[in-house]
This record gives sequence, C-alpha cells and structure tokens, in this order.
Amino acid sequence: MAPDNKLAFDDGWQYSPAPESTDHIKLKKKYELYIGGEFVAPVEGKYFDTINPANEEKLSKVGLASTADVDKAVKAARKAFGAWSRLKAAERGKYIYRIARILQERSREFAAIESLDGGKPIRESRDIDVPLAAAHFFYYAGWADKLEYAFPGRNVKPLGVAGQVIPWNFPLLMASWKIAPALACGNTIILKPAETTPLTAMKLAEVVADAGLPPGVVNIITGAGDTGAAIVNHPGVDKIAFTGSTDVGRIIQKALAGTDKKYTLELGGKAANIIFADAAIDQAVEGIVNGIFFNQGHVCCAGSRLLVQESVAEAVIQKLKDRMETLIVGDPLDKNTDIGAINSAAQLKSIESYLAIGQEEGGEMFQSSCSVPDQGYWCRPTIFTGVSQSNRVVQEEIFGPVLAIQTFRTFDEAVSKANNTPYGLSGGIWTDKGAKIFKMTQSIRAGVIWANTFNKFDPTSPFGGYKESGVGREGGMHGLDAYLKLEA
Amino acid sequence: MNLSAVPVAANLPDLSRVPAVDEVGVNERVARFQSRSIKTASKVEALKLILSMIDLTTLEGQDTPGKVRQLSQKAIHLHDAMPGLPHVAAVCVYPTMVGVAKEALGNRDINVASVATAFPSGQAPLSVKLDDTRMAVDAGASEIDMVISRGAFLAGNYELVFDEIVAIKEACGDAHLKVILETGELGTLDRVRQASELAMRAGADFIKTSTGKIQPAATMQVTLVMLQAIRDYYYATGRMVGMKPAGGISKAKLAVHYLVMLRETLGSAWMTPEWFRFGASSLANDVLMQLRKQATGVYQSADYFSKD
Repeated sequence: MAPDNKLAFDDGWQYSPAPESTDHIKLKKKYELYIGGEFVAPVEGKYFDTINPANEEKLSKVGLASTADVDKAVKAARKAFGAWSRLKAAERGKYIYRIARILQERSREFAAIESLDGGKPIRESRDIDVPLAAAHFFYYAGWADKLEYAFPGRNVKPLGVAGQVIPWNFPLLMASWKIAPALACGNTIILKPAETTPLTAMKLAEVVADAGLPPGVVNIITGAGDTGAAIVNHPGVDKIAFTGSTDVGRIIQKALAGTDKKYTLELGGKAANIIFADAAIDQAVEGIVNGIFFNQGHVCCAGSRLLVQESVAEAVIQKLKDRMETLIVGDPLDKNTDIGAINSAAQLKSIESYLAIGQEEGGEMFQSSCSVPDQGYWCRPTIFTGVSQSNRVVQEEIFGPVLAIQTFRTFDEAVSKANNTPYGLSGGIWTDKGAKIFKMTQSIRAGVIWANTFNKFDPTSPFGGYKESGVGREGGMHGLDAYLKLEA
Repeated sequence: MNLSAVPVAANLPDLSRVPAVDEVGVNERVARFQSRSIKTASKVEALKLILSMIDLTTLEGQDTPGKVRQLSQKAIHLHDAMPGLPHVAAVCVYPTMVGVAKEALGNRDINVASVATAFPSGQAPLSVKLDDTRMAVDAGASEIDMVISRGAFLAGNYELVFDEIVAIKEACGDAHLKVILETGELGTLDRVRQASELAMRAGADFIKTSTGKIQPAATMQVTLVMLQAIRDYYYATGRMVGMKPAGGISKAKLAVHYLVMLRETLGSAWMTPEWFRFGASSLANDVLMQLRKQATGVYQSADYFSKD
C-alpha cells in the first residue's frame, strides 16, 4: 500500500445541519412517581435534575424515590396482582397491544426525548430504539394467551411482583424488554429507570395510563442506586430483573442469596469481533463500526475487541480509519449525526481514564479528526492498535466508542483470544466460509454470536450472557421462563 | 494527491485475490447513505454539482442528426431562465452521431462521448470494435464508452476481456476510456468487483455500470462495490479512476444519495466531473425542477423545462 495515498473527507461538499424538530415535544418541569395508577409526589419531597448530555442544560426534574416510596409501590403492585393474574389472558394481551400501538403513534416524540435525555443520535432512537421497543410489546402481547404452548405439559403461573432495574444506554428499549414479558405472564411491576435517563420511562408511564391498565399493574419510580437497592431488598418482591454493570450485578446476587426471589441479570461484556482473511472486508469494516460505535459504544454486547487475521490487518485498519473519518459526531438531534453525546460526565471521565491507560500500556491510539462541540460530553471514535491480551483496555469493559485491536494467525488462536475474558455476552465472526462460521459459533462461549453482521436485535431472539455477563435469558420464548412458575 | 496517470503494467490480475463482497452488508451500507438528510445550502450545492456531472445521453436506433442537434442545444442551454447554472459534462451518442454533436457544440467546454465496440452487446470481433472506436475518435469524440465482452467474462476467458480493453485503450489515443461492465448481466456483486479490478488493471480511465439497455442498470449497491474497487486500486497504484453509474437514475433525490455515497467512499477528490459522471437522459430536468423549488419554494410544471 502506497503510504502517501490518502483520501480526503474533511473538505469539499459538507452536509448542512438537519435537526429533528422538537416543537412537538412537551416536557413537564417536574415528573412525579407513577404508583398505583397515579402520579404522586415522593414521600420525602426530594427531586433530582435530569440534563441533556449534549449541552449540559437541565431538561426537567424527577422524583427521588425513598424506601417509603418503594414500599408504597410494592404494596400497589401486590394489591393489583390478584385481579391482573386472574384476568382472562387474551384481555391481558389486549392491554399490551394497546401500549405497543400508542408507542408507535407517539414514536417521533419518544425518539426525540430519548435523544435529548440520553445523547444518542436521533437516527438510532428513531430507527432502532423506539420501533424495537414497540416490537417487543407486540411480540409479548401475542404470547399472553399462549403461554401453555410455550411450555407443553407444564402448568404455568405468574411469579407475582417483579422489581426491574434498567440502565441508561437504551432507556425505553430496556423498559420494554422488562415490562412486556412480565405483563404477558401476568405479573405486576415496579420499574426503575437509570438516574441519568428517566424521561422516556416517565413518558411510558403516561402511555400505560392512557392504555387504561388497572392501577398498580405497572409502577414506575425514579431514583439512583439507593432506590434500586430498596427494590432489590424489599421482601414483597418475588423477582428481580436487572440490566447493568457486572459490579452492581455481583452486589445484587449477594443480596438475593438465601432468598427465594427469582432473578435475571444482564451484565457487562467485552465481545470479540473476529475478521478472517477470507471475509468480505469492506462489509466487515462496516460491521466493526456498527459493533463499537453504535450508541457511542454504550452497548453491553458491543464488539469492543477486534481480532483480525494478520494477513489482512493492515488493509482492515486502513479502511477502518477512512471510515472513521466519515463518521459525524455532534448534535444528537441532527438526522446526519452518527455518534452522539456520551451519556454523563461520570461516564466520560471513565472513558477518558481508559484512553490514558491504553496509551500508558503502550497502545497506539488513533482518533478521527472531527471536531466536537464545546459544551456537553463528547468522545471521538477511538481505536487502539498494538495492544495485547494482558492490557486493561483489552480486558475491561470501557462502555464507550473505544476499540482495542489485536491480530491473530490461526483459527485456534482466534478462539483462544476470544474466550480469554471473564465475560461472554456476544461475539462476531466475519468469513465467506459457512463451515468456519459453524465451527466458530460452537467454540465461542457467548450468548449471542453474529455471523457477517453485528448488533442485530429482534424480540423473537433470546439474549443473555455466559460467565460474568449474566444469568438467564430475555427475549423470545426463553424470555417467558424468567417470569413464570412452571408446575407439573 | 497524485493526479497523473501512472502507467500500469498491463497484466491480467489474479481475480481470485479480489476481496469477497457480502450483499446483505452492501444493502445495509446503501441504506445508511439513503438515510442522510441533505437540506438547504448543501442540497443546492449538490444539485448544481449533479448537473455538471451529467453525460446527457441519447442512444436510440431512431437517433437522427436533428435529435442530436437538439440534445446538444439542451446541453448548452439547460434552463436559461435560471442564471448561474453549470453546463453538463458531455453529450453521449453513437459513433455515427459524433460529428453532428461536435459541430453542434462548437468549441464549448462540453465533451462528446461516444459509445463504441459494438455497443450495447459487444458481440463483434475485435477488429470491428477497433474500427468502431477509431471512427468515433477520428470524428472528434474525446471520451469512448466501451462495453466489455460479458460472454467471455462469464465463460472465464478473462484474458480475452483484458486484452480487448488494452487494445481499445490504445485505439483511443488521447480520448478517455470508460469501460462499461454491464453489471446487470454479471449476476453477483463478487463478479462486479472482479470485473472492476480487471478493467482498471487493463487501463480504464473510468468504469461504468451499464449500457442502459439491460435491467437492472445502475444501482447504488453496484456503484458502491465499484467505488470500493476504485479506492483499493488507488491505494495500490496511486492512480485515480473515475466512476460513471448509468441508466435508471432519473430523480434528483437519488442522484444526491449517489453523491453522499461518493463523498463517504472516495472523499472530496472525486467530487468533480473529471472523476464522476451520471449517464442519464431525464435526470437533468428533475434536478432543474428541484433547484427551481429550492429558489422559489414551489414546484413548477414539467412543461416549463425543455425536454431536449
């Protein structure tokens, strides 16, 4: 490759700003807790601000739920459980279908708020988060009156009250992953969104109210770690569903030890995206970009480790750098933005500490040359080359747009490196040979493995991790199991 | 950037080493280009650029000197009611019409492109193809759009296809050579990629998708694969090769998405009529209509724009 040949992406014709309108968005100054079918003030009267990470401006404030509020919510859910679980299953399904339809009807509003509150590009919230959230409700609505067919020969019963704690990377989507199967199986719910992204969850509470669900079937309360802990530790909760970091997952698992609460945990990951020399290289490069820069890399199943066969490594990295130069970083509401804002100041600090660590470890860092806004939290797309399995940027989950690149020589070396991690959530394989795909999928210990694609999600497909990436499965028929008692 | 035409050793490349192409991935990438939102100033700039990249084309059995003269006038006077418009890049005709077009265009800065080599099928002996080419060049064509022998390519006779291009390139003299792959007859994107590599190695100045006589003609998928082949060839040799999608691009919005694809694949150096062309007959008027709409806020009837 002639080193002086270079493509220029930073001059010439540029795209004018194309911002998504927010005229139709109505945010309240203050959001209360949604308990027992009503929006009520927190018992202790405390609130906290939620900001727009793209400009650090306050969007609204939300109630800070205390132990007393959690207790109220659990009581409301318990009270609602009897009638809800005895309701004719097809009727339960109707309510869930109604939520799905209202979400679709209000999709523009939800997409814009998701981008405002969380920093993700409107292209993703509009084309992925919101449609996929609606799809989950549609999918599980269909299961509501067919549960016995999912588990032939078994008698299925709901668990009771489910406590659900979700992360900030896909606020609405994670809420739908949790709420839809729980309702379909006849459970009642207390859901807590993450403290940096509460708004779409509170908007979802409005949808639940509009859909006419009986009071107390779905309760949505806001708060930080203490509120989550109060839900996990409440004796009136029968099931805990948590998506978040492996560190918090460990704390939850300890807290639940010795109780008879059922639980599912979706935790961290450090997925290997493996490119073989016979892969369709240009499409694989696109898969690398989609794997690590989707949602600013705030994705538990992100392809954050690139393993590329040595004979094509130079070409792949060159093409990846070219592609990175065409990624547009900036205003999440601009329809042309590829990479939005980092979700919070704390997360940005954590990512930046890893950038320093990677360089101290001897890795060569490359960032795209784009400019980023002055206000807000931003991280340019970043790759590290020359890093090793023993480096922290290779071992630890960074949860940002940072890719660690290693090379391999043989199939066995790729498998060994891919599995050499405490995580096991996802993986990617790129090859033109079908047989290699099947051999690879049987060799890698990960819950999801994509072949010649990456970060594809569908409500019919189960999702979950091996090892420290979690316990249990969500999505698909498997996702019902987590919310049912199966009796003989 | 090295703009000079580097002489390339004319050896048939090993097509088995050409990278594979995954169609699903190509479709996804194309969808991303199509989701770009091009508005206001960037749209006007793009529309004007598109006009300047058009090879205004008539390739019909019923073509007459009268028709070609009218088309040439259209090339000069796209829409004089709007001042400040660029003119198109070239007028593209059959070899017998080159003289007519040349005379009609006078000494204006608009090229005459001629299809040649037994267009559109290419089913003729090399001697006929060479005569066809020389005739067009002698009549004043500064650009030759040749077709490859698809039958030979599909039969695996790559040497024949390669040697033909080399011979036609020589017959072109100073005229630029555009090599039409007729992608609609090649079957898969892998084959498109291989044919692109073969044509560039044989000396093509431009690679072009289609004759316009076969469906599908140009698609964004096929064009993306060819642009990626051009990029890899540029990295390997330092020589820039131009790209011409032709046939089926009749709407301004689609043409803007082609420019998005060009910009994000090859960068700014290719964003000129020197390196990118649209082969089209009706695209110009849709672009003019959009430019008018950008200026006035309303669409005008198609009857306000001359058909040719």
